[in-house]
Amino acid sequence: MTGHTISRNRYFLIFAALIVLLVLTIFMAYVDLGPFNVIVAITIAIIKATLVILYFMHVRYSSRVTWVFVSAGFFWLLIMFTLTMSDIATRFTF
Amino acid sequence: MDNEQLTHETRSFVAHQFDDLEQQKEAGTLGMWAFLATEILFFGGMFMAYLVYRFSYPQVFAAASQYMDVVLGGVNTGVLLVSSLTMALAVHAAQEGNRKQIITFLIITMIFGAIFLVIKGVEYHHKFVEHLVPGYNFQYEGAEPGKSEIYFILYFVMTGFHALHLIIGIVVLTVIAIMTARGRFTKEYYTPVEISGLYWHFIDIVWIFLYPLLYLIHVHK
Repeated sequence: MTGHTISRNRYFLIFAALIVLLVLTIFMAYVDLGPFNVIVAITIAIIKATLVILYFMHVRYSSRVTWVFVSAGFFWLLIMFTLTMSDIATRFTF
Repeated sequence: MDNEQLTHETRSFVAHQFDDLEQQKEAGTLGMWAFLATEILFFGGMFMAYLVYRFSYPQVFAAASQYMDVVLGGVNTGVLLVSSLTMALAVHAAQEGNRKQIITFLIITMIFGAIFLVIKGVEYHHKFVEHLVPGYNFQYEGAEPGKSEIYFILYFVMTGFHALHLIIGIVVLTVIAIMTARGRFTKEYYTPVEISGLYWHFIDIVWIFLYPLLYLIHVHK
């Protein structure tokens, strides 16, 4: 927890990865993958968000209880998406 | 734990309900993450609405998203990523107790935040000129103007709330920079710098999802 500092180079490395992923997501958007375009876009966005959370936000080096708090937010988001879409996606009319 | 070993200066940073600085820092971090969890669900509600309407009217959303400026949006994503890097470097400087560097990196972070807002303002201006602002002057040339308006409502509400968060973030960082200049933080105590950073990175994360979802729906033709 405290005392664990990430080296400055690590931050620059993560930043470089984020920029590469940004360029990749723009590049992939110009390639016609049909329904997979949105899946690729979301996957890249999740990877970018994960990098920010783990390194810029130090969650990788945080306590277990911090992990629980972080996961809880996204877990509840997932519940909302899953339950709502299981309704919307199975309707014939909207 | 062993308060006797702490210097007088360090002890003065520990509020009386905490045993030591580490416990206090842990509580501060957890509190911020509890707040951020509510923020995830706040933006989550808007993403939920987006998901429902994009699922229902995929072609309409694809056509309406053609009006977005992919270049300006992409530049803005880069601008926010840079600001996140400099924010992380500000926290790093705080860990090293380098007061001057904290302030420098905080100012750079705020400047990049402001650049984002200016570019966003230019984009908003384009939408006003093109008559694409729902409830104000919405005149859509393409097919299904009614359903397309939903896309633009989502665009303005989501990016608007994101921009509002960024403005609040700049205000928070200004306060932190002033506190740093007044010598309120040390190598041992810099929790406010750290948790303001968490807030800033959260704003970055929201945009990481907004950019592909609003701008990059249908750029391939």
